[in-house]
Amino acid sequence: MATVSVCQYHRGGFSFENCKRNALLEADINKLGFSSPAARKTGTTICGVVYKDGVVLGADTRATEGMVVADKNCSKIHYISPNVYCCGAGTAADTEMTTQIISSNLELHSLSTGRLPRVATANRMLKQMLFRYQGYIGAALVLGGVDSTGPQLYSIYPHGSTDKLPYVTMGSGSLAAMAVFEDRYRPNMEEEEAKRLVRDAIAAGIFNDLGSGSNIDLCVITKGKVDYLRPHDVANKKGVREDKINGRPETGNYRYKHGTTGVLTKAVTPLNLEVVEESVQTMDTS
Amino acid sequence: MCGLLPGVLQLRSSFKMAAALQFPANVSTLNTYNDLYPDWTQREVSTGTTIMAVEFEGGVVIGADSRTTTGAYIANRVTDKLTPIHERIFCCRSGSAADTQAIADAVTYQLGFHSIELDEAPLVQTAASLFREMCYRYREELMAGIIVAGWDPRRGGQVYTVPVGGMMTRQPVSVGGSGSSYIYGYVDSNYRAGMSKEECLKFTAEALALAMERDGSSGGVVRLAVISEQGVERQAILGNQLPKFSTV
Repeated sequence: MATVSVCQYHRGGFSFENCKRNALLEADINKLGFSSPAARKTGTTICGVVYKDGVVLGADTRATEGMVVADKNCSKIHYISPNVYCCGAGTAADTEMTTQIISSNLELHSLSTGRLPRVATANRMLKQMLFRYQGYIGAALVLGGVDSTGPQLYSIYPHGSTDKLPYVTMGSGSLAAMAVFEDRYRPNMEEEEAKRLVRDAIAAGIFNDLGSGSNIDLCVITKGKVDYLRPHDVANKKGVREDKINGRPETGNYRYKHGTTGVLTKAVTPLNLEVVEESVQTMDTS
Repeated sequence: MCGLLPGVLQLRSSFKMAAALQFPANVSTLNTYNDLYPDWTQREVSTGTTIMAVEFEGGVVIGADSRTTTGAYIANRVTDKLTPIHERIFCCRSGSAADTQAIADAVTYQLGFHSIELDEAPLVQTAASLFREMCYRYREELMAGIIVAGWDPRRGGQVYTVPVGGMMTRQPVSVGGSGSSYIYGYVDSNYRAGMSKEECLKFTAEALALAMERDGSSGGVVRLAVISEQGVERQAILGNQLPKFSTV
Protein backbone atom coordinates (compact mmCIF):
# COMPACT_ATOMS: atom_id res chain seq x y z
CA MET A 1 0.00 0.00 0.00
CA ALA A 2 2.84 2.47 0.68
CA THR A 3 4.04 2.53 -2.94
CA VAL A 4 6.58 5.01 -4.21
CA SER A 5 5.44 6.63 -7.45
CA VAL A 6 7.52 8.66 -9.86
CA CYS A 7 6.26 12.19 -10.37
CA GLN A 8 5.79 13.04 -14.04
CA TYR A 9 5.12 16.57 -15.18
CA HIS A 10 2.32 16.85 -17.73
CA ARG A 11 2.93 19.12 -20.70
CA GLY A 12 -0.72 20.07 -21.00
CA GLY A 13 -3.46 18.58 -23.17
CA PHE A 14 -4.70 15.00 -23.07
CA SER A 15 -2.18 12.41 -21.93
CA PHE A 16 -2.19 9.18 -23.95
CA GLU A 17 0.36 7.48 -21.69
CA ASN A 18 -2.17 5.13 -20.15
CA CYS A 19 -3.58 4.15 -23.53
CA LYS A 20 -0.07 3.07 -24.59
CA ARG A 21 0.34 1.14 -21.38
CA ASN A 22 -3.05 -0.55 -21.80
CA ALA A 23 -2.24 -1.53 -25.37
CA LEU A 24 1.03 -3.11 -24.23
CA LEU A 25 -0.77 -5.00 -21.48
CA GLU A 26 -3.48 -6.13 -23.93
CA ALA A 27 -0.81 -7.49 -26.29
CA ASP A 28 0.99 -9.27 -23.47
CA ILE A 29 -2.19 -10.86 -22.19
CA ASN A 30 -3.24 -12.00 -25.67
CA LYS A 31 0.20 -13.55 -26.25
CA LEU A 32 -0.32 -15.73 -23.20
CA GLY A 33 -3.62 -16.88 -24.66
CA PHE A 34 -5.90 -15.07 -22.22
CA SER A 35 -8.38 -12.34 -23.08
CA SER A 36 -8.36 -9.01 -21.28
CA PRO A 37 -11.08 -8.44 -18.66
CA ALA A 38 -14.42 -7.50 -20.19
CA ALA A 39 -16.20 -4.30 -19.26
CA ARG A 40 -18.72 -5.07 -16.55
CA LYS A 41 -22.18 -4.17 -17.82
CA THR A 42 -24.62 -2.02 -15.92
CA GLY A 43 -27.06 -1.54 -18.78
CA THR A 44 -30.07 -0.28 -16.84
CA THR A 45 -31.95 2.69 -15.52
CA ILE A 46 -33.48 2.27 -12.07
CA CYS A 47 -34.68 4.94 -9.70
CA GLY A 48 -36.81 5.64 -6.68
CA VAL A 49 -38.50 8.60 -5.04
CA VAL A 50 -40.06 9.21 -1.62
CA TYR A 51 -43.41 10.98 -1.79
CA LYS A 52 -46.12 11.98 0.68
CA ASP A 53 -47.57 8.52 1.43
CA GLY A 54 -44.71 6.18 0.50
CA VAL A 55 -42.16 5.39 -2.20
CA VAL A 56 -42.30 4.89 -5.95
CA LEU A 57 -39.69 2.61 -7.55
CA GLY A 58 -39.11 2.52 -11.30
CA ALA A 59 -37.05 0.46 -13.74
CA ASP A 60 -36.60 -0.13 -17.46
CA THR A 61 -36.90 -3.69 -18.82
CA ARG A 62 -33.88 -4.29 -21.04
CA ALA A 63 -31.27 -6.96 -20.23
CA THR A 64 -28.10 -6.81 -22.33
CA GLU A 65 -25.34 -9.28 -23.12
CA GLY A 66 -22.57 -7.16 -24.55
CA MET A 67 -24.15 -5.20 -27.41
CA VAL A 68 -27.10 -7.59 -27.84
CA VAL A 69 -30.42 -7.32 -26.04
CA ALA A 70 -30.82 -10.62 -24.21
CA ASP A 71 -34.25 -9.96 -22.75
CA LYS A 72 -36.63 -7.27 -23.99
CA ASN A 73 -38.97 -7.49 -21.01
CA CYS A 74 -37.14 -8.58 -17.90
CA SER A 75 -38.31 -7.67 -14.42
CA LYS A 76 -35.85 -5.59 -12.43
CA ILE A 77 -38.04 -4.77 -9.44
CA HIS A 78 -37.56 -7.63 -7.00
CA TYR A 79 -39.66 -8.64 -4.02
CA ILE A 80 -37.94 -8.47 -0.66
CA SER A 81 -40.88 -8.52 1.72
CA PRO A 82 -44.55 -7.48 1.53
CA ASN A 83 -43.61 -3.89 2.29
CA VAL A 84 -40.12 -3.70 0.77
CA TYR A 85 -39.08 -3.96 -2.87
CA CYS A 86 -35.66 -3.61 -4.50
CA CYS A 87 -34.59 -2.55 -8.01
CA GLY A 88 -31.36 -4.09 -9.25
CA ALA A 89 -28.75 -2.86 -11.72
CA GLY A 90 -25.47 -4.55 -12.64
CA THR A 91 -24.89 -8.23 -13.27
CA ALA A 92 -28.39 -9.71 -13.60
CA ALA A 93 -27.53 -12.98 -11.83
CA ASP A 94 -25.99 -11.12 -8.90
CA THR A 95 -28.98 -8.81 -8.34
CA GLU A 96 -31.43 -11.71 -8.68
CA MET A 97 -29.67 -14.03 -6.24
CA THR A 98 -28.70 -11.33 -3.74
CA THR A 99 -32.27 -10.07 -3.46
CA GLN A 100 -33.62 -13.60 -3.14
CA ILE A 101 -31.15 -14.48 -0.39
CA ILE A 102 -31.93 -11.36 1.60
CA SER A 103 -35.68 -11.82 1.02
CA SER A 104 -35.46 -15.33 2.42
CA ASN A 105 -33.41 -14.28 5.45
CA LEU A 106 -35.70 -11.33 6.09
CA GLU A 107 -38.76 -13.58 6.10
CA LEU A 108 -37.15 -15.85 8.70
CA HIS A 109 -36.11 -12.79 10.71
CA SER A 110 -39.66 -11.43 10.52
CA LEU A 111 -41.09 -14.72 11.79
CA SER A 112 -38.59 -14.65 14.61
CA THR A 113 -39.36 -11.06 15.68
CA GLY A 114 -43.07 -11.34 14.98
CA ARG A 115 -43.07 -7.94 13.24
CA LEU A 116 -43.22 -6.58 9.74
CA PRO A 117 -39.61 -6.21 8.50
CA ARG A 118 -37.99 -2.78 8.33
CA VAL A 119 -36.31 -1.27 5.30
CA ALA A 120 -33.25 -0.44 7.43
CA THR A 121 -32.88 -4.16 8.27
CA ALA A 122 -32.89 -5.12 4.61
CA ASN A 123 -30.36 -2.35 3.96
CA ARG A 124 -28.05 -3.61 6.72
CA MET A 125 -28.22 -7.20 5.47
CA LEU A 126 -27.54 -6.19 1.87
CA LYS A 127 -24.62 -3.86 2.66
CA GLN A 128 -22.95 -6.40 4.96
CA MET A 129 -23.19 -9.13 2.33
CA LEU A 130 -21.90 -6.94 -0.48
CA PHE A 131 -19.00 -5.64 1.65
CA ARG A 132 -18.07 -9.20 2.51
CA TYR A 133 -17.61 -9.90 -1.20
CA GLN A 134 -15.58 -6.71 -1.68
CA GLY A 135 -17.40 -5.56 -4.82
CA TYR A 136 -17.09 -8.84 -6.73
CA ILE A 137 -20.87 -9.24 -6.54
CA GLY A 138 -21.85 -6.64 -9.13
CA ALA A 139 -25.15 -5.58 -7.65
CA ALA A 140 -26.13 -1.91 -7.51
CA LEU A 141 -29.52 -1.68 -5.82
CA VAL A 142 -32.27 0.82 -5.11
CA LEU A 143 -34.11 -0.38 -2.01
CA GLY A 144 -37.42 1.16 -1.02
CA GLY A 145 -40.31 0.43 1.29
CA VAL A 146 -42.65 1.58 4.01
CA ASP A 147 -42.45 0.37 7.59
CA SER A 148 -43.41 1.53 11.07
CA THR A 149 -40.83 4.33 10.89
CA GLY A 150 -42.21 5.67 7.60
CA PRO A 151 -41.22 5.50 3.92
CA GLN A 152 -37.51 5.03 3.25
CA LEU A 153 -35.26 4.83 0.19
CA TYR A 154 -31.67 3.58 0.04
CA SER A 155 -29.12 3.26 -2.75
CA ILE A 156 -26.68 0.40 -2.30
CA TYR A 157 -23.41 0.17 -4.24
CA PRO A 158 -21.54 -3.06 -5.17
CA HIS A 159 -18.77 -2.42 -2.64
CA GLY A 160 -21.22 -2.12 0.21
CA SER A 161 -21.70 1.60 0.75
CA THR A 162 -25.25 2.89 1.14
CA ASP A 163 -26.95 6.27 1.06
CA LYS A 164 -30.36 7.12 2.52
CA LEU A 165 -31.90 9.78 0.31
CA PRO A 166 -35.27 11.16 -0.87
CA TYR A 167 -34.49 10.33 -4.51
CA VAL A 168 -31.91 8.02 -6.08
CA THR A 169 -30.97 6.64 -9.50
CA MET A 170 -28.64 3.78 -10.48
CA GLY A 171 -27.33 2.05 -13.59
CA SER A 172 -25.84 3.30 -16.85
CA GLY A 173 -28.86 5.53 -17.44
CA SER A 174 -28.69 7.04 -13.97
CA LEU A 175 -27.27 10.36 -15.11
CA ALA A 176 -30.17 10.90 -17.51
CA ALA A 177 -32.70 9.94 -14.83
CA MET A 178 -30.98 12.08 -12.18
CA ALA A 179 -31.18 15.09 -14.46
CA VAL A 180 -34.99 14.73 -14.51
CA PHE A 181 -35.12 14.30 -10.73
CA GLU A 182 -32.89 17.27 -9.99
CA ASP A 183 -35.14 19.41 -12.16
CA ARG A 184 -38.58 18.35 -10.92
CA TYR A 185 -38.31 16.72 -7.49
CA ARG A 186 -40.21 18.34 -4.65
CA PRO A 187 -40.68 17.00 -1.11
CA ASN A 188 -44.14 15.57 -0.22
CA MET A 189 -45.47 15.09 -3.74
CA GLU A 190 -48.84 13.50 -4.46
CA GLU A 191 -48.95 9.95 -5.83
CA GLU A 192 -49.79 10.86 -9.42
CA GLU A 193 -47.05 13.46 -9.61
CA ALA A 194 -44.50 11.07 -8.13
CA LYS A 195 -45.46 8.33 -10.60
CA ARG A 196 -45.19 10.79 -13.49
CA LEU A 197 -41.78 11.93 -12.27
CA VAL A 198 -40.42 8.38 -11.99
CA ARG A 199 -41.91 7.46 -15.35
CA ASP A 200 -40.23 10.46 -16.97
CA ALA A 201 -36.90 9.73 -15.30
CA ILE A 202 -36.87 6.14 -16.56
CA ALA A 203 -37.98 7.36 -20.00
CA ALA A 204 -34.99 9.71 -20.04
CA GLY A 205 -32.75 6.72 -19.36
CA ILE A 206 -34.48 4.57 -22.00
CA PHE A 207 -34.22 7.13 -24.78
CA ASN A 208 -30.79 8.56 -24.01
CA ASP A 209 -28.85 5.50 -22.83
CA LEU A 210 -28.10 2.58 -25.12
CA GLY A 211 -27.96 0.15 -22.23
CA SER A 212 -31.58 0.83 -21.24
CA GLY A 213 -34.74 0.30 -23.23
CA SER A 214 -38.18 -1.25 -23.73
CA ASN A 215 -40.87 -0.66 -21.13
CA ILE A 216 -41.17 1.19 -17.83
CA ASP A 217 -42.10 -0.80 -14.72
CA LEU A 218 -43.31 0.98 -11.62
CA CYS A 219 -43.83 -0.16 -8.04
CA VAL A 220 -45.80 2.09 -5.68
CA ILE A 221 -45.43 1.15 -2.02
CA THR A 222 -47.62 2.70 0.64
CA LYS A 223 -48.60 1.70 4.16
CA GLY A 224 -50.48 -1.55 3.72
CA LYS A 225 -50.63 -1.54 -0.09
CA VAL A 226 -48.28 -2.29 -3.00
CA ASP A 227 -49.08 -1.51 -6.65
CA TYR A 228 -46.79 -3.53 -8.87
CA LEU A 229 -47.38 -1.95 -12.29
CA ARG A 230 -45.73 -4.08 -14.91
CA PRO A 231 -45.73 -2.62 -17.45
CA HIS A 232 -46.75 0.84 -16.44
CA ASP A 233 -45.79 2.34 -19.77
CA VAL A 234 -44.97 0.51 -22.99
CA ALA A 235 -42.63 3.20 -24.26
CA ASN A 236 -41.34 1.15 -27.18
CA LYS A 237 -44.14 -0.62 -29.01
CA LYS A 238 -42.96 -3.24 -31.53
CA GLY A 239 -44.04 -2.39 -35.08
CA VAL A 240 -46.18 -4.65 -37.31
CA ARG A 241 -44.61 -6.30 -40.38
CA GLU A 242 -46.08 -5.67 -43.88
CA ASP A 243 -47.26 -9.22 -44.51
CA LYS A 244 -49.19 -9.61 -41.25
CA ILE A 245 -51.71 -7.00 -42.29
CA ASN A 246 -53.11 -9.46 -44.83
CA GLY A 247 -54.08 -11.77 -41.97
CA ARG A 248 -51.58 -14.48 -42.94
CA PRO A 249 -48.51 -14.38 -40.67
CA GLU A 250 -45.67 -15.07 -43.11
CA THR A 251 -42.09 -14.46 -42.15
CA GLY A 252 -40.05 -12.51 -44.63
CA ASN A 253 -42.61 -12.68 -47.43
CA TYR A 254 -41.63 -10.10 -49.98
CA ARG A 255 -44.31 -10.92 -52.50
CA TYR A 256 -46.13 -7.79 -53.56
CA LYS A 257 -49.33 -7.34 -55.57
CA HIS A 258 -49.11 -6.78 -59.33
CA GLY A 259 -49.12 -3.07 -59.88
CA THR A 260 -47.19 -2.18 -56.64
CA THR A 261 -44.36 -1.01 -58.84
CA GLY A 262 -45.51 0.84 -61.95
CA VAL A 263 -44.21 -0.50 -65.32
CA LEU A 264 -42.92 2.28 -67.56
CA THR A 265 -41.59 0.37 -70.60
CA LYS A 266 -41.56 -3.25 -71.66
CA ALA A 267 -39.20 -4.71 -74.26
CA VAL A 268 -39.26 -8.43 -75.16
CA THR A 269 -36.29 -9.93 -77.03
CA PRO A 270 -36.78 -13.58 -78.12
CA LEU A 271 -33.55 -15.56 -78.00
CA ASN A 272 -33.50 -18.30 -80.71
CA LEU A 273 -31.42 -21.12 -79.31
CA GLU A 274 -30.64 -24.50 -80.92
CA VAL A 275 -30.58 -27.67 -78.87
CA VAL A 276 -27.03 -28.99 -79.34
CA GLU A 277 -26.83 -31.80 -76.82
CA GLU A 278 -29.29 -33.40 -74.44
CA SER A 279 -28.34 -35.66 -71.54
CA VAL A 280 -30.30 -36.96 -68.58
CA GLN A 281 -28.74 -37.59 -65.20
CA THR A 282 -30.94 -39.33 -62.65
CA MET A 283 -30.93 -38.01 -59.09
CA ASP A 284 -29.89 -40.43 -56.37
CA THR A 285 -33.05 -40.51 -54.29
CA SER A 286 -32.40 -43.76 -52.40
CA MET B 1 -17.52 -10.19 17.42
CA CYS B 2 -15.93 -8.65 14.42
CA GLY B 3 -16.75 -11.74 12.40
CA LEU B 4 -17.47 -9.57 9.40
CA LEU B 5 -14.02 -8.51 8.40
CA PRO B 6 -11.57 -11.47 8.70
CA GLY B 7 -13.20 -13.78 6.13
CA VAL B 8 -13.86 -10.92 3.72
CA LEU B 9 -10.58 -9.40 3.25
CA GLN B 10 -8.59 -12.40 2.06
CA LEU B 11 -10.62 -12.18 -1.12
CA ARG B 12 -9.31 -8.78 -1.98
CA SER B 13 -6.51 -9.01 -4.54
CA SER B 14 -3.87 -6.43 -5.30
CA PHE B 15 -5.68 -5.59 -8.54
CA LYS B 16 -8.65 -4.40 -6.56
CA MET B 17 -6.33 -2.26 -4.45
CA ALA B 18 -5.21 -0.44 -7.58
CA ALA B 19 -8.83 0.16 -8.49
CA ALA B 20 -9.61 1.46 -5.01
CA LEU B 21 -6.77 4.02 -4.98
CA GLN B 22 -8.26 7.29 -6.12
CA PHE B 23 -4.90 9.03 -5.99
CA PRO B 24 -3.42 9.95 -8.45
CA ALA B 25 -6.76 10.61 -10.06
CA ASN B 26 -5.67 10.40 -13.70
CA VAL B 27 -4.52 6.73 -13.57
CA SER B 28 -7.28 4.61 -15.09
CA THR B 29 -7.97 1.07 -13.97
CA LEU B 30 -7.36 -2.05 -16.07
CA ASN B 31 -10.78 -2.13 -17.79
CA THR B 32 -11.42 -1.94 -21.51
CA TYR B 33 -12.96 1.44 -22.20
CA ASN B 34 -16.41 1.07 -23.68
CA ASP B 35 -18.61 3.99 -24.71
CA LEU B 36 -21.73 2.13 -23.72
CA TYR B 37 -20.70 1.77 -20.09
CA PRO B 38 -19.03 4.94 -18.85
CA ASP B 39 -16.07 4.82 -16.51
CA TRP B 40 -17.87 5.98 -13.38
CA THR B 41 -20.15 2.92 -13.38
CA GLN B 42 -17.16 0.72 -12.62
CA ARG B 43 -15.41 2.86 -10.04
CA GLU B 44 -15.62 2.39 -6.33
CA VAL B 45 -17.54 4.98 -4.36
CA SER B 46 -15.17 7.28 -2.47
CA THR B 47 -15.79 10.06 0.00
CA GLY B 48 -13.34 12.46 -1.71
CA THR B 49 -13.74 14.74 1.24
CA THR B 50 -12.53 17.30 3.64
CA ILE B 51 -13.00 16.54 7.34
CA MET B 52 -11.90 18.44 10.41
CA ALA B 53 -12.11 18.35 14.19
CA VAL B 54 -11.07 20.91 16.84
CA GLU B 55 -10.88 20.57 20.62
CA PHE B 56 -12.05 23.41 22.84
CA GLU B 57 -12.62 23.84 26.56
CA GLY B 58 -15.67 21.71 27.29
CA GLY B 59 -15.99 19.78 24.04
CA VAL B 60 -15.14 19.40 20.38
CA VAL B 61 -16.30 20.90 17.10
CA ILE B 62 -16.33 18.56 14.09
CA GLY B 63 -17.04 19.35 10.47
CA ALA B 64 -17.15 17.79 7.02
CA ASP B 65 -18.21 18.52 3.45
CA SER B 66 -21.04 16.50 1.87
CA ARG B 67 -19.76 15.09 -1.42
CA THR B 68 -19.44 11.37 -2.33
CA THR B 69 -17.96 10.61 -5.74
CA THR B 70 -17.65 7.64 -8.12
CA GLY B 71 -14.96 8.83 -10.47
CA ALA B 72 -16.21 12.14 -11.84
CA TYR B 73 -19.87 11.61 -10.90
CA ILE B 74 -21.20 12.87 -7.60
CA ALA B 75 -23.13 9.90 -6.22
CA ASN B 76 -24.46 11.79 -3.20
CA ARG B 77 -24.25 15.59 -2.85
CA VAL B 78 -25.74 15.70 0.65
CA THR B 79 -23.76 12.98 2.43
CA ASP B 80 -23.50 12.97 6.19
CA LYS B 81 -19.89 12.06 6.94
CA LEU B 82 -20.24 12.81 10.67
CA THR B 83 -21.29 9.41 11.97
CA PRO B 84 -22.41 8.85 15.56
CA ILE B 85 -20.55 6.00 17.25
CA HIS B 86 -22.00 6.60 20.67
CA GLU B 87 -24.04 9.28 22.40
CA ARG B 88 -21.15 11.74 22.69
CA ILE B 89 -18.62 10.18 20.32
CA PHE B 90 -18.60 10.83 16.57
CA CYS B 91 -16.30 9.88 13.72
CA CYS B 92 -15.54 11.80 10.54
CA ARG B 93 -15.13 9.45 7.57
CA SER B 94 -12.86 9.85 4.54
CA GLY B 95 -11.65 7.36 1.94
CA SER B 96 -13.70 4.49 0.56
CA ALA B 97 -17.38 4.90 1.45
CA ALA B 98 -17.97 1.15 1.76
CA ASP B 99 -14.90 0.59 3.96
CA THR B 100 -15.61 3.49 6.33
CA GLN B 101 -19.31 2.63 6.65
CA ALA B 102 -18.48 -1.00 7.44
CA ILE B 103 -15.78 -0.04 9.98
CA ALA B 104 -18.05 2.54 11.64
CA ASP B 105 -20.87 -0.04 11.93
CA ALA B 106 -18.52 -2.61 13.45
CA VAL B 107 -17.03 -0.14 15.95
CA THR B 108 -20.50 1.17 16.89
CA TYR B 109 -21.47 -2.38 17.77
CA GLN B 110 -18.29 -3.10 19.70
CA LEU B 111 -18.43 0.18 21.63
CA GLY B 112 -22.11 -0.27 22.47
CA PHE B 113 -21.40 -3.75 23.79
CA HIS B 114 -18.43 -2.48 25.80
CA SER B 115 -20.48 0.38 27.22
CA ILE B 116 -23.21 -2.00 28.41
CA GLU B 117 -20.59 -4.26 30.02
CA LEU B 118 -19.01 -1.27 31.73
CA ASP B 119 -22.37 0.29 32.65
CA GLU B 120 -21.02 3.75 31.94
CA ALA B 121 -20.25 6.06 29.01
CA PRO B 122 -17.24 4.85 27.01
CA LEU B 123 -14.06 6.90 26.65
CA VAL B 124 -13.25 8.63 23.37
CA GLN B 125 -9.84 6.96 23.56
CA THR B 126 -11.54 3.55 23.63
CA ALA B 127 -13.46 4.34 20.47
CA ALA B 128 -10.30 5.60 18.80
CA SER B 129 -8.47 2.44 19.85
CA LEU B 130 -11.16 0.26 18.31
CA PHE B 131 -10.85 2.16 15.06
CA ARG B 132 -7.09 1.90 15.16
CA GLU B 133 -7.20 -1.82 15.86
CA MET B 134 -9.35 -2.45 12.79
CA CYS B 135 -7.62 0.01 10.48
CA TYR B 136 -4.16 -1.30 11.32
CA ARG B 137 -4.98 -5.01 11.25
CA TYR B 138 -6.59 -4.77 7.82
CA ARG B 139 -4.44 -1.94 6.52
CA GLU B 140 -3.65 -3.72 3.20
CA GLU B 141 -7.30 -4.21 2.37
CA LEU B 142 -8.81 -0.97 3.63
CA MET B 143 -8.78 2.62 2.44
CA ALA B 144 -10.03 4.63 5.40
CA GLY B 145 -8.94 7.90 6.99
CA ILE B 146 -10.94 8.56 10.14
CA ILE B 147 -11.04 11.31 12.76
CA VAL B 148 -12.62 10.24 16.07
CA ALA B 149 -13.88 13.07 18.27
CA GLY B 150 -16.11 13.37 21.29
CA TRP B 151 -16.56 14.23 24.93
CA ASP B 152 -16.24 11.99 27.97
CA PRO B 153 -16.45 12.84 31.68
CA ARG B 154 -12.86 11.80 32.38
CA ARG B 155 -10.87 13.85 29.86
CA GLY B 156 -13.38 16.27 28.34
CA GLY B 157 -13.25 17.06 24.64
CA GLN B 158 -10.75 14.97 22.64
CA VAL B 159 -9.77 14.56 18.99
CA TYR B 160 -7.94 11.44 17.81
CA THR B 161 -6.84 10.97 14.22
CA VAL B 162 -6.56 7.51 12.61
CA PRO B 163 -5.24 8.09 9.09
CA VAL B 164 -4.74 5.52 6.27
CA GLY B 165 -2.33 2.89 7.58
CA GLY B 166 -3.69 2.67 11.09
CA MET B 167 -1.69 5.12 13.20
CA MET B 168 -3.54 6.77 16.09
CA THR B 169 -2.62 10.01 17.74
CA ARG B 170 -4.37 12.70 19.76
CA GLN B 171 -4.26 16.21 18.33
CA PRO B 172 -5.91 19.45 19.39
CA VAL B 173 -6.87 20.10 15.79
CA SER B 174 -6.93 17.61 12.92
CA VAL B 175 -7.84 17.71 9.23
CA GLY B 176 -8.25 14.83 6.82
CA GLY B 177 -9.36 13.77 3.37
CA SER B 178 -8.27 14.83 -0.10
CA GLY B 179 -9.15 18.47 0.53
CA SER B 180 -7.08 18.73 3.66
CA SER B 181 -3.87 19.32 1.68
CA TYR B 182 -5.18 22.73 0.67
CA ILE B 183 -5.85 24.01 4.16
CA TYR B 184 -2.85 22.94 6.24
CA GLY B 185 -1.43 26.43 5.90
CA TYR B 186 -4.72 28.07 6.90
CA VAL B 187 -5.18 25.78 9.89
CA ASP B 188 -1.58 26.08 11.12
CA SER B 189 -1.66 29.87 10.95
CA ASN B 190 -5.16 30.44 12.34
CA TYR B 191 -5.39 27.89 15.17
CA ARG B 192 -4.93 29.23 18.68
CA ALA B 193 -5.20 27.21 21.86
CA GLY B 194 -8.08 28.26 24.14
CA MET B 195 -10.60 29.27 21.46
CA SER B 196 -14.26 29.44 22.44
CA LYS B 197 -16.99 27.28 20.95
CA GLU B 198 -18.14 30.02 18.56
CA GLU B 199 -14.57 30.74 17.45
CA CYS B 200 -14.02 27.05 16.77
CA LEU B 201 -17.21 26.84 14.71
CA LYS B 202 -16.17 29.84 12.63
CA PHE B 203 -12.64 28.45 12.23
CA THR B 204 -13.91 25.05 11.07
CA ALA B 205 -16.51 26.47 8.70
CA GLU B 206 -13.99 28.78 7.06
CA ALA B 207 -11.34 26.08 6.69
CA LEU B 208 -13.84 23.68 5.12
CA ALA B 209 -15.16 26.37 2.78
CA LEU B 210 -11.63 27.07 1.56
CA ALA B 211 -10.93 23.40 0.99
CA MET B 212 -14.22 22.86 -0.86
CA GLU B 213 -13.40 25.79 -3.11
CA ARG B 214 -10.15 24.19 -4.26
CA ASP B 215 -10.68 20.44 -4.07
CA GLY B 216 -12.86 18.91 -6.79
CA SER B 217 -13.73 15.92 -4.64
CA SER B 218 -15.11 18.11 -1.85
CA GLY B 219 -18.24 20.22 -2.03
CA GLY B 220 -21.92 20.48 -1.30
CA VAL B 221 -22.82 21.74 2.17
CA VAL B 222 -20.73 22.13 5.32
CA ARG B 223 -21.95 19.88 8.11
CA LEU B 224 -20.94 20.90 11.63
CA ALA B 225 -21.51 19.37 15.05
CA VAL B 226 -20.61 20.47 18.59
CA ILE B 227 -20.17 17.67 21.14
CA SER B 228 -20.06 18.59 24.79
CA GLU B 229 -21.36 17.56 28.19
CA GLN B 230 -24.78 18.95 27.22
CA GLY B 231 -25.02 16.69 24.20
CA VAL B 232 -24.72 17.13 20.43
CA GLU B 233 -25.80 20.18 18.41
CA ARG B 234 -25.80 19.73 14.64
CA GLN B 235 -26.01 22.31 11.90
CA ALA B 236 -25.53 22.62 8.16
CA ILE B 237 -24.28 25.60 6.20
CA LEU B 238 -25.75 25.62 2.70
CA GLY B 239 -23.94 26.72 -0.47
CA ASN B 240 -25.05 30.30 -0.60
CA GLN B 241 -24.33 30.86 3.10
CA LEU B 242 -20.74 29.60 2.97
CA PRO B 243 -18.04 32.05 4.06
CA LYS B 244 -16.57 33.80 1.03
CA PHE B 245 -12.93 34.77 0.67
CA SER B 246 -12.00 35.53 -2.88
CA THR B 247 -13.82 38.05 -5.04
CA VAL B 248 -12.18 36.61 -8.15
